[in-house]
Amino acid sequence: MIGHAEKSAAFVANEDRAHWHDQSLWFVRAKRDRQASAIPEWEALREAASAIKTHTLSRLADYLEEFERKAIANGIQVHWARDAAEHNAIVHQILAGHGVTHLVKSKSMLTEECHLNPYLESHGIEVTDTDLGERIVQLRKEPPSHIVMPAIHLKREEIGELFHIELGTEKGASDPKYLTEAARGHLRSKFMGAQAGLTGVNFAVAETGGVVVCTNEGNADMGASLPRLHIACMGIEKLIPRARDLSVFLRLLARSGTGQPITGYTSHFNGPVRGGEMHVVIVDNGRSRILGQETFRRSLGCIRCGACMNTCPVYRRSGGYSYGYTVPGPIGSILAPQRDPEKYASLPFASSLCGSCTDVCPVKIDLHHQLLAFRKVLVDLKAVPLQKRLSMAVMGFVLSHPSLYRIGGGLMRAIVPRLPRSLVYGPWNPWGIQRELPPMPQESFRDLIQKEPS
Amino acid sequence: MPNVGLFIPCYVDQLYPQVGLATLRILRRLGLNVEFPQEQTCCGQPMANSGCDAAARPLAERFLEIFGKYDHVVSPSGSCVSMVRNHYDHWLHGKPRFEHLRDHTFELCEYLTDIAKIVNVDGEFPFKVGLQMSCHGLRELRLARSSERMVAPFNKVRQLLSQLRGIEIVELSRPDECCGFGGTFAVGEEAISCLMGRDRIQDHTKAGAQVIAGFDMSCLMHLDGLIRRSDQPQRVMHVAEILEKAQLS
Amino acid sequence: MSSRNSILDSLRQNVPPLAPLPAPINGINGIRYADPIKQFEETLTVAGGTLVRATAPQDLASALANIEVYASAAKVASLVPGIPSRNVDLSAIEDPHDLEGIDVAIIPGKFGVAENAAVWIPGETLTPHRAIFVITQHLILVVPASEIVDNLHQAYERIHWSPNSFGIFISGPSKTADIEQSLVIGAHGARSCTVILL
Repeated sequence: MIGHAEKSAAFVANEDRAHWHDQSLWFVRAKRDRQASAIPEWEALREAASAIKTHTLSRLADYLEEFERKAIANGIQVHWARDAAEHNAIVHQILAGHGVTHLVKSKSMLTEECHLNPYLESHGIEVTDTDLGERIVQLRKEPPSHIVMPAIHLKREEIGELFHIELGTEKGASDPKYLTEAARGHLRSKFMGAQAGLTGVNFAVAETGGVVVCTNEGNADMGASLPRLHIACMGIEKLIPRARDLSVFLRLLARSGTGQPITGYTSHFNGPVRGGEMHVVIVDNGRSRILGQETFRRSLGCIRCGACMNTCPVYRRSGGYSYGYTVPGPIGSILAPQRDPEKYASLPFASSLCGSCTDVCPVKIDLHHQLLAFRKVLVDLKAVPLQKRLSMAVMGFVLSHPSLYRIGGGLMRAIVPRLPRSLVYGPWNPWGIQRELPPMPQESFRDLIQKEPS
Repeated sequence: MPNVGLFIPCYVDQLYPQVGLATLRILRRLGLNVEFPQEQTCCGQPMANSGCDAAARPLAERFLEIFGKYDHVVSPSGSCVSMVRNHYDHWLHGKPRFEHLRDHTFELCEYLTDIAKIVNVDGEFPFKVGLQMSCHGLRELRLARSSERMVAPFNKVRQLLSQLRGIEIVELSRPDECCGFGGTFAVGEEAISCLMGRDRIQDHTKAGAQVIAGFDMSCLMHLDGLIRRSDQPQRVMHVAEILEKAQLS
Repeated sequence: MSSRNSILDSLRQNVPPLAPLPAPINGINGIRYADPIKQFEETLTVAGGTLVRATAPQDLASALANIEVYASAAKVASLVPGIPSRNVDLSAIEDPHDLEGIDVAIIPGKFGVAENAAVWIPGETLTPHRAIFVITQHLILVVPASEIVDNLHQAYERIHWSPNSFGIFISGPSKTADIEQSLVIGAHGARSCTVILL
């Protein structure tokens, strides 16, 4: 099974490109630091956000019912989907019921998770992703590589080439302003021709029965306000109790994810446009099961800001595609194996457990602790290769027996320095591919302490 | 006068004994009763970090048996101390002397600043030094403010080293990015691990560091392996080795 | 069993221990600025917008005249009382798609937020169609200078919600950095955003 290690090795084989990718994301982390350091109460905000999410998750059913009541009173139609298949069917049914042949979408990781686009397309509905980065990867027929910056892995020349083919821009043109202007015109015509707009949901507010969507481009507003039909899709965990709680999350979200104090547009959709319809589809798709797990339920607090990806030294050097899941990076490495432990067994090990993710997470999810805890789950499920489990058991045995340990250590230090280099370094010694082994001293500490005056 | 149990991690015992000696000497020179219980081997971290709890648990239990009797336990390793303080609880919770052990097991630098209350470091180290702020010591033991957190800055390692005559602690462009060791990560994700390590070394090189200093030999072992393979000029040293000759008070 | 009930049942079976809800953060405990307007202006500039000060309400017209996109616009839609639209009859536009082609929209904002240069526009302002603020090529927001709060907590303390009430915080013009993190102003929405503080 090809996992993260193999894919990331391929990514770093092009070292210049890996460094370029790493620098691009570090740049966003640095912007985050500048923004966060300007807010003296930053750590208190994180604490508040964490507490609000923990509370909300402990009363989630009640808040969902309150949200539904208030949403209906706003004139919003509320639907519930147990899983991805139900979600896709509901969205399709709404669209088909209105004769929609062309849908515009703003960013929704949930709809990525449910693979909505191919489902709708197979039913004859044209779907246009309108977030510029999403549109770029859609035209390339690729998934997004980052949840907030979908095309971060692409160079401007590659986008220029794509737009030349798909949008008729000048060959060789790669100036971002020029390309963005071309996309503006192209997508404006898509907005004008669409019969429905679908948005994601950043926050659903129980108190008001409305949803909040944050964008820099304004594409959610265009898509939700021009056509008469607006569908908003949300995971159950997007709920927060009160409108005033939005201030906590909004102060954290953009600063954490893109290094801005707030996004260009923060829209509070509390009902349809005059003469229009608004639908909200509430999706479970495994979230309620995670809620029952003491260690992993905290991952449901995620507000999908992307800060953990920007800071992760492994993600920055391996790229989103090395993870093979809708959501990559540290949070993805907990969410993906929840969905399919065997398929994603390599992800919790795609981490040095440095803990940087935990320290940037605006809702204080203990990401690196959950990654560690998931490793144990995978070992218990025997989803970790036998060879690894065996070698750890052997190591544990040796280390439990001091005399074995001492003999083993002594042998290692005696023999390794005498072996020819060709025996020490080879494919059987992954440490030695790019590193020298540590020098083997003649005497161990326990030997030397005998000679130490007391 | 507290009884101090000296905990020397397995790889320090076998591969970097001089770090163990330096630690022992520093503590003894402070007038502490330091004992090295011979039956010790390992804190169990490699197994635990691989998810192999069954292999790690007996080591945790051994650790408590061996070290439970001391007033303080000191070790020249941030990650091993973090294992004891932060990850032993679910195996040893409620066992006699565990709470005391958990609350009195210290990494060397924090022991010197917080418990021995060292304020004067009288010694010489006329070199340009880059600090490798290893992740477990940094983010699990909070030996310094991590760059992600917006709290008042502090750095217990810098506090100890900065008084040495002639020392220049260089400014890195990424002061606390992970070196890429990560235990079994170093071999399981070898390509990324080494790229991360080489990037760290490059940062130290650009900042002019002659010595890369840290409190976790595992990270330094990984960096040293890369340095020696590529014939780079830096030396790696554990903080204990740097402080060994100094007068601490 | 309906999906709704199945989900709610599953949530109630898996419910974590009850954790307390912290009280909302009071604005007085959030960041405060010695000069909120200065902070607003600096932040707006970084966000790609421009601040214009008009010292008296009667200066609004002259402040507008100094804004290049307004002066040269063929079609201006104004939602500000006292400022006429130009070549646009909003009352006659039944379909929001017909707003396409408007060069400048002038919209009153209720208040601004210094920490992030956001301007709050309640839905009832956006008549006859909500899309006006995003479909226009350029945006001019008119905000009372006395209504700049320091932080977002204070902002939410002021907002009153009624059923089906839209509301938006706009901070600067439309923008994207999706191509190599290179900031480009004017993605889908307004190519420029000028805030006039009155």
